[in-house]
Amino acid sequence: MAEPDHRDRGCPVGRDEERWGWPDMRFSGFRLVAEALRGHSGWKPLWRDPAPQPAYDVVIVGGGHGMATAYYLAKTFGQARIAVLDKGWVGGGNIGRNTTIIRSNYLLPGNEPFYELSMTLWEGLEQELNFNAMVSQRGVLNLCHTDGQRDSFRRRGNAMRLAGADAKLLEADEVRAMAPFLNFDNARFPIKGGLLQGRGGTARHDAVAWGYARGADVAGVDIIQNCEVTGFDIDNGRVTGVQTTRGPIRANTVGVAVAGNSGRVMGLAGMRLPIESHVLQAFVTEGLKPAIPGVITYGAGHFYISQSDKGGLVFGGDIDGYNSYAQRGNLPTVEDVVEGGMALMPMIGRARLLRSWGGVMDMSMDGSPIIDATPVEGLYLNAGWCYGGFKATPASGYCFAHLLATGRPHEVAAAYRLDRFARGHVIDERGAGAQPNLH
Amino acid sequence: MSRIDGGLIDRTRTLTFRFDGRRYQGHPGDTLASALLANGVRLVGRSFKYHRPRGVLSAGSEEPNALVTLRSGARAEPNTRATTAELFDGLEAASQNRWPTVGFDLLAANDLSAPLLTAGFYYKTFMWPRGWWEKLYEPAIRRAAGLGRLSMEPDPDAYDKGFLHPDLLVVGGGAAGLAAALTAGRAGAQVVLADEDFRLGGRLLAERHALDDAPAADWVRSVEAELAGLPNVRMLTRATVFGAYDHGVYGVVERVSDHLARPGGAVRQTLWRITAKRTVLAAGATERHIPFRDNDRPGIMLAGAMRAYANRWAVAPKGRVAVFTNNDDGHRTAADLVARGVPVMAVIDPREDAPNLGGYPTWTGAVVTGARGRRGLSAIEVVRNGRPEWVECASLGVSGGWNPNVALASHHRGRPQWSEEHLAFLPGAELPPGMVVAGAAAGNGTTHAALRDGAMKARDALEELGVRAAAIDLPEAEDRPDRPAAYWHVPDRGRAWVDFQNDVTVKDIRLAHKENMRPVEQLKRWTTLGMATDQGKTANVTALAVMAELTGKGIPQTGTTIFRPPYTPVALSVLGGGDTGAHFRPTRLTPTHEWAKAQGAEFVEVGQWMRAQYFPKDGETHWRQSVNREAMAVRKSIGLCDVTTLGKIDVQGAEAGEFLNRVYSNTMATLKVGRVRYGLMLREDGVAYDDGTCARLGEDHYVITTTTANAGLVFRNMEFARQCLWPDLDVQLISATDAWAQIAVAGPQSRTLLSRIVDDADLSNEAFPFMACAAVTVCGGLRARLFRISFSGELAYEIAVPARYGNALMERLMHRGQDLGVTPYGTEALGVLRIEKGHAVAAEINGQTTAAMLGLARMVSEKKDSIGAVMSRRAGLVEDRRRLVGLRPVDPSRQVVAGAHLFTAGAEQRTETDQGWVTSSCFSPHLGSYIAMGFLEDGQDRLGEIVVAADPLAGTDIEAKVVSPHFVDPEGERLRD
Amino acid sequence: MLIPHPLLGPRDAQEFTYLGDARLLERPDPAAENAEARFCDYVYLRDNPAGVHRELWFHEHGDRSWLVVTRDTVTHEILGAELAADVKGAGA
Repeated sequence: MAEPDHRDRGCPVGRDEERWGWPDMRFSGFRLVAEALRGHSGWKPLWRDPAPQPAYDVVIVGGGHGMATAYYLAKTFGQARIAVLDKGWVGGGNIGRNTTIIRSNYLLPGNEPFYELSMTLWEGLEQELNFNAMVSQRGVLNLCHTDGQRDSFRRRGNAMRLAGADAKLLEADEVRAMAPFLNFDNARFPIKGGLLQGRGGTARHDAVAWGYARGADVAGVDIIQNCEVTGFDIDNGRVTGVQTTRGPIRANTVGVAVAGNSGRVMGLAGMRLPIESHVLQAFVTEGLKPAIPGVITYGAGHFYISQSDKGGLVFGGDIDGYNSYAQRGNLPTVEDVVEGGMALMPMIGRARLLRSWGGVMDMSMDGSPIIDATPVEGLYLNAGWCYGGFKATPASGYCFAHLLATGRPHEVAAAYRLDRFARGHVIDERGAGAQPNLH
Repeated sequence: MSRIDGGLIDRTRTLTFRFDGRRYQGHPGDTLASALLANGVRLVGRSFKYHRPRGVLSAGSEEPNALVTLRSGARAEPNTRATTAELFDGLEAASQNRWPTVGFDLLAANDLSAPLLTAGFYYKTFMWPRGWWEKLYEPAIRRAAGLGRLSMEPDPDAYDKGFLHPDLLVVGGGAAGLAAALTAGRAGAQVVLADEDFRLGGRLLAERHALDDAPAADWVRSVEAELAGLPNVRMLTRATVFGAYDHGVYGVVERVSDHLARPGGAVRQTLWRITAKRTVLAAGATERHIPFRDNDRPGIMLAGAMRAYANRWAVAPKGRVAVFTNNDDGHRTAADLVARGVPVMAVIDPREDAPNLGGYPTWTGAVVTGARGRRGLSAIEVVRNGRPEWVECASLGVSGGWNPNVALASHHRGRPQWSEEHLAFLPGAELPPGMVVAGAAAGNGTTHAALRDGAMKARDALEELGVRAAAIDLPEAEDRPDRPAAYWHVPDRGRAWVDFQNDVTVKDIRLAHKENMRPVEQLKRWTTLGMATDQGKTANVTALAVMAELTGKGIPQTGTTIFRPPYTPVALSVLGGGDTGAHFRPTRLTPTHEWAKAQGAEFVEVGQWMRAQYFPKDGETHWRQSVNREAMAVRKSIGLCDVTTLGKIDVQGAEAGEFLNRVYSNTMATLKVGRVRYGLMLREDGVAYDDGTCARLGEDHYVITTTTANAGLVFRNMEFARQCLWPDLDVQLISATDAWAQIAVAGPQSRTLLSRIVDDADLSNEAFPFMACAAVTVCGGLRARLFRISFSGELAYEIAVPARYGNALMERLMHRGQDLGVTPYGTEALGVLRIEKGHAVAAEINGQTTAAMLGLARMVSEKKDSIGAVMSRRAGLVEDRRRLVGLRPVDPSRQVVAGAHLFTAGAEQRTETDQGWVTSSCFSPHLGSYIAMGFLEDGQDRLGEIVVAADPLAGTDIEAKVVSPHFVDPEGERLRD
Repeated sequence: MLIPHPLLGPRDAQEFTYLGDARLLERPDPAAENAEARFCDYVYLRDNPAGVHRELWFHEHGDRSWLVVTRDTVTHEILGAELAADVKGAGA
């Protein structure tokens, strides 16, 4: 079979020259030199800080996926009068507190085409946004440790290839050639091979948040920070606006994309969701010279790792496992994650943990997201990303924008419906059932 | 610098060490930093971005500059703070982030490009041409970034974990901490006192203060001696409390033998999980500096550190000495140096009312505006009375005031509170439950106040626990407040460093302000302020003040970033403890493990179990030969397999049958005593999740089996059903997986063999038919359970004996069956036999498949309710038309691999045309062909059709015929024989 | 975290396995007319409160009790713990 061509999916990549409205705002090496020569006096705010208007056509709640949504809504779908409300600062939610991994290595047909769209958007993101989000396709390697695991990786890798993504099933010696530092000699669970997605990798999470914010701002979107939604105005089953800590804002269409807090925010509209909020911890070590080539995940323990451009080993593992909105976790999970890391790659032992943090995840009942209309007319929901929302940011924004603009789901997000649970069409990659902390 | 008199070093012994290959000498009591300074070494490292030459800034764990790689080979430890590394004989250290040497570093060229490398510059460039980021720019950036280097070898040292449950945890062994520990210790409370230093005393060790007219060190020694004598007090030195977790749990790392050349027989470090009823946080304070142009020259250090090096380590600063301070504490450095015979040129103080503590000139209303000396300070520019002047100076102490160490107080995300009086953040109102803060960490920083605050906070904390502590006598001590001025940085157009390690200057903060990255969290991320290995301990508050000045908002409105664990970096090795390598998870061995090992079995990991995979015989060169032989033995004569790993649950009680009716989708209450039934369990969402056998041994006694993988989960779910759904039912459960060894005896000769060991039993087909079970005795009285069940499709039994007899039973069966050709078989042959018979296992019951898909729709009884029954009728599940089928490759020598996807022959292969997938596959020696199972769209109606099993990963398409999954004896005659 | 086990006193949360909202005790009547819809709510929908949450923990590495623990999901403070069988028996 020929190598799939993943770039030809009719996605809005490039064309930044014609899109970028303000030539004096463009970032480039050239501009950097010019600014250096005049003492950096010409830089402008990355985005404005406007006061909220009394009314917008579209109000998007949440400045993570929501910002990407606003960007595409304005740029691609030509909508105007859009505001993004964030309860804190741009990049302060999960988009800025994750382990920065991007990949499209999913099994199920409800998922894989969506994530593959996201991957193609990542591949053109810097040019699209004129912002270096440091998308780095150094590869994502999932290790397998049993024959059964290898069989399920083969099923998944083949599903990826059938959806136009890239995937490679590696033998143990090929894994060893890529990552000779892994524990091949004294392992409790020997490495039998791995599933490699070469196009997977990492992106600089803050830069993604900022890049979309800057792009949305240039396109006329009002970014309202420190603006928490405290209620929805619903009239006769139709949303007419939101109440916020900065006053009421009228809107014809409201999109909610508040990962981690979806249950709490949609509760304001009287909805219960198939979602629990859980805390996921993430970790980074002190800076080190390059040691780890791409993203590596352990198949016999809860551990995944990559190395940032600054040199920190960025890693994570399982969620703590109990409902939490606390944005912090506990010590047993720290130990569990590091044990996994030490078992897999014992050479990291003398590196030091520099910082750990916690983010609140929308853990959905089947481990897959929701991008859908709600029973309230004009109110739309983007939620349930579990701990995998970062890599979805471009496609999530794009597909949510599509839904808000057209009222119809985008074809690759068509499975992410709210009623799939009642209908029995769950998208359960792990086969774990309706227990969020198992996904 | 050079040595002066006094200090807490042991001059009777000399230690030799190497830094960057050169030999130096120091003494016990030295840190690497104090020893280097005593040897006149000022240049010890390079900064992260600009590779600026750097010297020691501090005397503690907040050090941003003096990072070295300690030791070598597999023990190499990058990014070690020279200021906390205890000197030992033979210590080796090397500078980092420089090439080729710390004195001459080619990457210092970055410093010349500094005008380009402003905050966030990398987000604005490297985008053209598109492919170059990954090919060129990023690899170059990655090579230049990072600090030290990992050895890439496994850590050879040992680590441990420990648990402590004191009444009171005291964090910090300075004035406040010692007073707290002594108060609580005398009251009889269980106390743990932890300090990150190798010596108790904290800041007292660095001062010349007297306590009741005696040196402070004397008081520290006497308290330490008393605490050591109290059995209820445990002192942990070299122990950093790095995190405050829920419910009084603290993470502590004790560096047990980092001060030794080798741990010897000891562990290197121990991770303590301390669960404390109350905690006194007495972590002291960290000095901040005052940014001015080129304030990062080696030779410029914190004034408090300069004083500590003189007082504790007897190291005098080099050359002409000056102090730049905005508070009275800076003057103490000058006074102490003078008292130790080191002249001080001046104390430069922007305050017009600056004091003079005697022995040195004070330049009031003056500030330092620049520094010269690339590899070591040579001169500073001072503006006095509006006139700038360069003056010779080789050592400058800088004090911008002290920041209470509130990190642990904020680990639960309670924000610290700004105090205008202290010009510092103090612990906020929302502390981790059970914590109180004392001493300098609470803003009570004079020695006098800290002693009393520590004692009082400990008394209050104990009182909440119902322990009355008596007041203790505390010495009189200095009580002079610092009176800092709100003088945060020296305005300048040049570069004035705020965060030394990450090269964040006041200019960068200005740029962040201009670009609207003003919220403190954005400031941090845009400039990388406070993201270095020191987490901005000496930088963050100063940066906030600069931003507050730019925005015109106050510091409290500007806010702080979040404090997160760990307080200082912690080695991953110690967080992983000993549960690494082969000990990552427990290893469960079957009762016949030793026997199997003696037979030369190959083993395989099955969850935590090690199971015999196959038993190679002499002359067999490929595992397939062994597996084929074992499988054929079962089909033709008899085989034995340890199946102990299957979960076994004893279910007893008058309503056990009714209970099982509710947890199994099929009916179990009607099962007759002495009979076994295959059972299927669904999750409540209607999806299949486990199967096994259910045997009724008595009216109120069932024993069920689960799959190996789900043994724990099924038991948990059944306890859920019993306690949470139907607590009224009279039923009890116990997991018996480890209690019974179970051996499958399978094959046409199995009855013959079993008859030889089962006592007085009639095993005839009439007396003990297929799906019979009984409690029996074997080998002359050993209690056993016998089940006539078959996984292979042959006449077969499983026999269970108490686990400790499992090995002996296996040996007996092998011995008694020799003439019958008895053959042990492993999991591979087991797999072949079950695929030949079409039995589903985890590959088919994978949590995504329904009873109907498995061909077991009739097992979901509609006559009764059971878990999952209602939800299994949802439209989406009912409409799923994929069915389990068998697949025989048209060419029997080509394997249809598990994980291949199924397509209609000739169809285009893409997601939309996908018809299913292959779940299991093997070579069938019985049929002389590869065979497979899989789920196929409308599979039950497509028997005989040729479909394509596509494996795009391997680039293969294999044609296979759709057949019944029962490849062997589809009528099931053999097992009923 | 520490879980105050009603029989065994404070135990490390590591000994327990977490399930979720204690409303899982309230399994719908399978014979009800709208049983399927009620089961869908029961299995999938959650209040997911930011604040006090009654939730199920299984003392898997202990006495095998299922507990209903009342815990604040914002502060992680534990306000109480009961045996699930007692709660169920009391008609919750």
